[in-house]
Amino acid sequence: MIEKVGKSTLALSEGPTIQSYAAVGGKKEQEGPLGREFDFTDTDTTFGEKTWEKAESAIQKKAVTLALEKAKLDKKEVEYIFAGDLLNQCIASSFGLREFGIPLVGLYGACSTMAESLSLASIFIESGCAARCAAVASSHFCTAERQYRLPLAYGGQRTPTAQWTATGGGCVVVQKGGAGPRVRHITFGKIVDLGITDANNMGAAMAPAAADTLKNYFEDTGTTPGDYDLIATGDLGQVGSELLYELLGMDKIHLQPRHKDCGLLLFDRQTQDVHAGASGCGCSATVLCAHILRQMAAGKLRDILFMATGALLSPTSSAQGESIPGIAHLVHITAE
Amino acid sequence: MHISDMEYDKMVKKYSPNSPIFKNCLGAFFIGGAICTLGQGLINLYSYLGASKLDAATLTSVTLVFLSALLTGLGLYDDIAKVAGAGTLVPITGFANAVVSPALEFKAEGYVLGLGAKLFVISGPVIVYGACAAVLYGAIVFVMGLV
Repeated sequence: MIEKVGKSTLALSEGPTIQSYAAVGGKKEQEGPLGREFDFTDTDTTFGEKTWEKAESAIQKKAVTLALEKAKLDKKEVEYIFAGDLLNQCIASSFGLREFGIPLVGLYGACSTMAESLSLASIFIESGCAARCAAVASSHFCTAERQYRLPLAYGGQRTPTAQWTATGGGCVVVQKGGAGPRVRHITFGKIVDLGITDANNMGAAMAPAAADTLKNYFEDTGTTPGDYDLIATGDLGQVGSELLYELLGMDKIHLQPRHKDCGLLLFDRQTQDVHAGASGCGCSATVLCAHILRQMAAGKLRDILFMATGALLSPTSSAQGESIPGIAHLVHITAE
Repeated sequence: MHISDMEYDKMVKKYSPNSPIFKNCLGAFFIGGAICTLGQGLINLYSYLGASKLDAATLTSVTLVFLSALLTGLGLYDDIAKVAGAGTLVPITGFANAVVSPALEFKAEGYVLGLGAKLFVISGPVIVYGACAAVLYGAIVFVMGLV
């Protein structure tokens, strides 16, 4: 049963089970600190395809295929798939998933997509609309660069606040009942925009939305950061994480001891030249599927908050001088 | 969390590291300087081989553009530019890189709607405003000549 708790949190009393998950990454992800935890990585960033967009579609296809294989499931056993990416018209999802024949709910939440897709899939299960759903999100450094920024071979310098879009994708299969971690609460965030216009400082644009969603969640559930083993944010990076601590500190919420940012886990900032950290839908999706859920399965984590953060900008809105609206969606997951 | 846009802006500035200007300047000076020195060396070489002063300058530009295009194609130019910044942007090599990189990038969308349409996506504004500035300068010189 789903019950609204407080202002914006949904409590899922039974709690859909995370049956399976898979993470797919590229070369840089393989070389990063979590490289060994991925289910599949390819040193060829094209994933054997002719265009970058096709490569990203291949990532989604691979992630879903692997997640189904791990649970020994046939694609016919998945009733709905919730997927999104960063590209115009979400083509990585629609082209990557077109062969599966599973009803698709296409999503756009910028880099918050993994939390959004997992939330909606969980709500479908808990409400009885379906018995098994998949949630997917992906990004690719090269597709994102050519859409949002400049050609890859263009010689430019990145600012220290810039982040590196992850090449990768994750798929989570949720079902009714069974063994595995359970989704307990969901908080959808509202758009928060504190006037940041620098598209090279996404962490700063998203931190206020992250703070808002977390604060709402703690108020709605009457819990504190100390009640959780891990509070994982999506891709705030170094700058955004510092800002999140300061913003929540204003409300006397001390996040730091329990907080980790997926954008700071995926790459080694000292050696991999990623400036403020990783970003993209694939960042939180891969860290969730390659690292966090594995740690839960190993019994190292029992009670976590996964909150993916998104910067809802487009090259058009930036060129027109608009500020960057941020959003953050939160999912509370417990072991068993 | 009650904070105004201005207060947040101050907070963001506090946590956002600035670009390492001194390091960037050094990179720009040495690599940009090396490109210019190479250019002078080429002028000397072409002059030595018997080219007129004008021809030597033209041949030097052609050579530098070729080298820049080659390095862009090999994926090395952006690695150099990461260190050099304005040092690789300002010389003629930067302009060549700005034309070749979209050509490579947008070939995937075809030779007409991709490569053809996007070729000047970066250098277009430079050409437009460069031409406008030239017209304006020409007009000023013309008017000055009348006085």
